Amino acid sequence: MNAKLFGVTLIMAVSILATGSLSLAGDMPEQVSLDTMVKYFSGVKFDHAMHTELGEDCSRCHHHTTGTGTTDSRCVSCHADSDGVANVACRDCHVVDPFSAEHLNQKALSRYQFHIDKPGLKAVYHWNCVGCHETMSGPTGCQTCHTRTPDGDAFFHADASPVDTNWVKQLFDLK
Amino acid sequence: MSGISRRRFLAASVAGCAATTLAGTKKALASGSFSGYPEGMGVLVDLTRCVGCRSCEAACNKEQQLPAPELPFDDKSVFDQTFHDGKQLRRPDENAYTVVNRYQPASSDQPVYRKVQCNHCSEPACLTSCFVNAYTKTKEGAVIYNSKVCVGCRNCMIACPFHIPGYSYSSAFDPVVKKCIFCHETRLKNGLPPACVEICPQEALTFGKRKELLKIGNNRIQTHPGRYVNRIYGEKELGGTSWMYLSPVPFSEVGFDPNPGNDPIINQVKDFLGTVPMVLAIWPAMFAGFHLLAKKHDGHEGHDQTADKTPGDEGDEQ
Ligand code: SF4
Ligand code: SF4
Repeated sequence: MNAKLFGVTLIMAVSILATGSLSLAGDMPEQVSLDTMVKYFSGVKFDHAMHTELGEDCSRCHHHTTGTGTTDSRCVSCHADSDGVANVACRDCHVVDPFSAEHLNQKALSRYQFHIDKPGLKAVYHWNCVGCHETMSGPTGCQTCHTRTPDGDAFFHADASPVDTNWVKQLFDLK
Repeated sequence: MSGISRRRFLAASVAGCAATTLAGTKKALASGSFSGYPEGMGVLVDLTRCVGCRSCEAACNKEQQLPAPELPFDDKSVFDQTFHDGKQLRRPDENAYTVVNRYQPASSDQPVYRKVQCNHCSEPACLTSCFVNAYTKTKEGAVIYNSKVCVGCRNCMIACPFHIPGYSYSSAFDPVVKKCIFCHETRLKNGLPPACVEICPQEALTFGKRKELLKIGNNRIQTHPGRYVNRIYGEKELGGTSWMYLSPVPFSEVGFDPNPGNDPIINQVKDFLGTVPMVLAIWPAMFAGFHLLAKKHDGHEGHDQTADKTPGDEGDEQ
């Protein structure tokens, strides 16, 4: 009995090692800096360790690329048995400028019909974070995750206030 | 005035003149089968993704160097602004080429946000209604205008089914039309997406070739059953538009005319447009005539044409 159990465990261990890419706990980053697009808002220091404790399984964020694989019905038709991949960070697949001419042309040549609509990096950060925070009661305001920079204040015209048009009225009242 | 009644106004204002339509002038306008440039770009607006952050408004303001807004672009109180006894939400104007509005659809407990701007029609009513040819539909998909030739007649404002063109009266002698131009000059023609698309944190705005966007739109409807109503607004409506929309609720609940028809506006105002060349032919002669009459009048009085004219004199003559 014991030998059999050992055998099964060994086979499992070997097959995991053989795929060579399933991220085991040791490779996981404690913290991820989300700062590739910093301009109007400062970057986010994402506490990866804390979030892995919260999330039941890696596919909640990583699709089929690592860990437990995916159960999303739109992915399993192709990726039910997909092995993990070497690069699992969001930015490894989701690009910063999804609408550049270069990326659009590349996409037009793609033979993967299901990936013609792959969103850009900024979108997936917001969908993934805010989407989950809404159901888990995490922070959802813009500045609760990243503070606005002085450039951002100028961009949003933070100091704008309605123009005082009283002088016009007074002018006409005088007449 | 609704879009329909504006168009009827156009059509009707012409009926009276129809008898004088010059032979042959309709030929140039019989372009009913033109469906845009095949490689033209567009934007697919996904109303399920928009969170009403108004970043796109801020980006437009910066890119087009528009005047500073009255309220900051992150001020959500603008969603409560209504006009015409609460019947109308904000519309784009000469100071803001795009605005985001909030709707509370009857069929949903969540609000739906909708960005409004020029839809860059395949057969633009603004273009066909303009008798000085100020408008151009570029091969990249943008509907742009040449403010140098605009005479300020405002035909395009009346013709546009989406109430888009605004007017700048900053100079009384040079009123010019102002509207979203798809960032054509600074971005589109250089292969870049418009500023609003680039800033959107939610990718509510997807930029690409119009024909690819249709594939993407249909793909989203199919792979997310129940998320969208089964329609891409702008695919066929009014002859097709470069900016198209996906919605979680019936389009009538988020401010769209649900049945605008698939004919471009040009088909509805052709009779009117037929008279335009006549206007062009007659106006110069007419004004030349006025001018001669005025001159003759001046001559009788023995005045020099301009030298000792005072503002008071001009008033008397009018
Ligand atoms: S939406 Fe209006 S302004 Fe824009 S292209 Fe169409 S008719 Fe012209
Ligand atoms: S930037 Fe995007 S999410 Fe924000 S209001 Fe505009 S379209 Fe909506």
